[in-house]
Amino acid sequence: MSASVSTTAASPRPAPWRPVFGSWFTAYKRTWRGSIFGRFLSPLMFLLSLGLGLGSLVDKSAGGVDGVPYLQFVVPGILAAQSMWVAMGESTYPVMGAIRWNAKYHAMLATPVGIDDVLLGHLIYVAMQIAGATAIFIAVAALFGSFSSWWVLLCLPITVLTGMAFAVPVFAFSAKQETDSGFNILFRFIMTPLFLFSGIFFPVSQLPAPMRPVAWAMPLWHGVEANRSLALGSPDLLGVAGHTTYLLVVIAVGGWLARRAFIRRLVA
Amino acid sequence: MTDPDPDLLLQATGLSKRFGGFTAVDGIDFAVKRGESFGFLGPNGAGKSSTMKMVGCVSPVSGGELRVFGQDPATHGPQIRARLGVVPQKDTLDEELSVEENLWIYGRYFGLSQREVRARTTELLDFAQLTDRAKSPVEPLSGGMKRRLTIARSLISRPEILLLDEPTTGLDPQARHVLWDRLFRLKRSGVTLVLTTHYMDEAEQLCDRLVVMDHGKIVAHGSPRSLITQYSTREVLELRFDTDDHAEHGEAIAGIGERIEVLPDRLLVYTKDGDAAAAEVHLRGVRPLSALVRRSTLEDVFLHLTGRTLVD
Repeated sequence: MSASVSTTAASPRPAPWRPVFGSWFTAYKRTWRGSIFGRFLSPLMFLLSLGLGLGSLVDKSAGGVDGVPYLQFVVPGILAAQSMWVAMGESTYPVMGAIRWNAKYHAMLATPVGIDDVLLGHLIYVAMQIAGATAIFIAVAALFGSFSSWWVLLCLPITVLTGMAFAVPVFAFSAKQETDSGFNILFRFIMTPLFLFSGIFFPVSQLPAPMRPVAWAMPLWHGVEANRSLALGSPDLLGVAGHTTYLLVVIAVGGWLARRAFIRRLVA
Repeated sequence: MTDPDPDLLLQATGLSKRFGGFTAVDGIDFAVKRGESFGFLGPNGAGKSSTMKMVGCVSPVSGGELRVFGQDPATHGPQIRARLGVVPQKDTLDEELSVEENLWIYGRYFGLSQREVRARTTELLDFAQLTDRAKSPVEPLSGGMKRRLTIARSLISRPEILLLDEPTTGLDPQARHVLWDRLFRLKRSGVTLVLTTHYMDEAEQLCDRLVVMDHGKIVAHGSPRSLITQYSTREVLELRFDTDDHAEHGEAIAGIGERIEVLPDRLLVYTKDGDAAAAEVHLRGVRPLSALVRRSTLEDVFLHLTGRTLVD
């Protein structure tokens, strides 16, 4: 009699999204070196060019932005923007690939794993990527004196929420695409304008009045504002709570859309 | 039926699948018992894969009734899938990961412990003859190796039913024979096999019982042998002529054998005795380029039932 004869079914599965997360994480372990290098390089380039290069000009000629040194003004915004870019990278091609190219999702769905597990496990992996990139960015930027307060540590969860406010709706978008041409439109006509006009490089109040509500409606501005408020040391906590709520609402609506898109795409 | 037969693993009654206005599976009935090896034979587009996806609980049933292990896929999908092994038509392996990582990850989807998955991986790599490739990435493996890995992966949870959708399509003859050998071993060890194929030799090799599907319907069912006996003759004489239209030679050999089938590239004479039929063709002064006597196969059954060949 060998013990291996016993049946394996039965035991209720604890947190069934975990093996889904594990699958993405195992793939990541093969490429993490290159990705970590990029994660360090990106904040360094922004700090040198915008913070120190452009920043010294702004500080000399205008005395910073509303009295805040430009480095300290711009870095919390770029932190939020980086999470948007990381979120985009993780929620476009990988999602399309898992549906259309390598059928990774289909392999998962042939097992007891369900559609909610597939979605949740992948999203948690994306959140982990954003959190990693954000932590590195904060650490590198801190070395350059970009922050004036320990409140900046709260920027980590806020920035993860900002990134997820992009990742989750984009999961829905990616699941609906037949080809990757939609991604170019997303990158050029949505991400780039948001990057430029969400109050990262200059306050939204400098924009022409009709453009301001557009900036306010987008998740990036909320992330930028909340981060800046925290990083500058005397946060308007009510404002931060408001921005956080907005991000959570976007994530919730995006989650509903993504779930619907996944079911339509994967259960036929 | 309050107390279903525990050995009746699959049961479909009037099972249908519709995609919008298109009916892929049109009210089919079948049942599979534990330990059986059951096949769906038919050309591309016959509804075989759609049927497999419903059985695999990844595609909802559009009509009729389906029970897997006595349970309804609509309400017990995860519980049923936990007891199934699935070999999809197209490999869904993680190509950037190693052979063993593919098995580890897949085992975790079934909630198996790390330790159990590792032990099982060792056994299965041996079974799939891939032990020496355990650490190799999947991408450079041959088609036959990838297929064996997909089968090994599907076995990680010790499934009671193994669903194989066209297991050997696209493989070279040698790789097919290796795969058939592995599937035979599984069958002998008591795993219930349910497979689709458009190769009649595969169906004859692997299936105890099969259904022939065409346009979403079942057109015949039985064992490979009984189907051949019922719908074909013992032997077939194949005649090829140096001509564009084989129909024009049909006239000259009319009446020989029990039945004549005209194909674009040859004439088939269905008969009990192929050599006698060939002699009679010769006696009538008909001179084909080649005359070949062979045993009847499921291809002939399909041709007889539908008027078309299986693989175009």
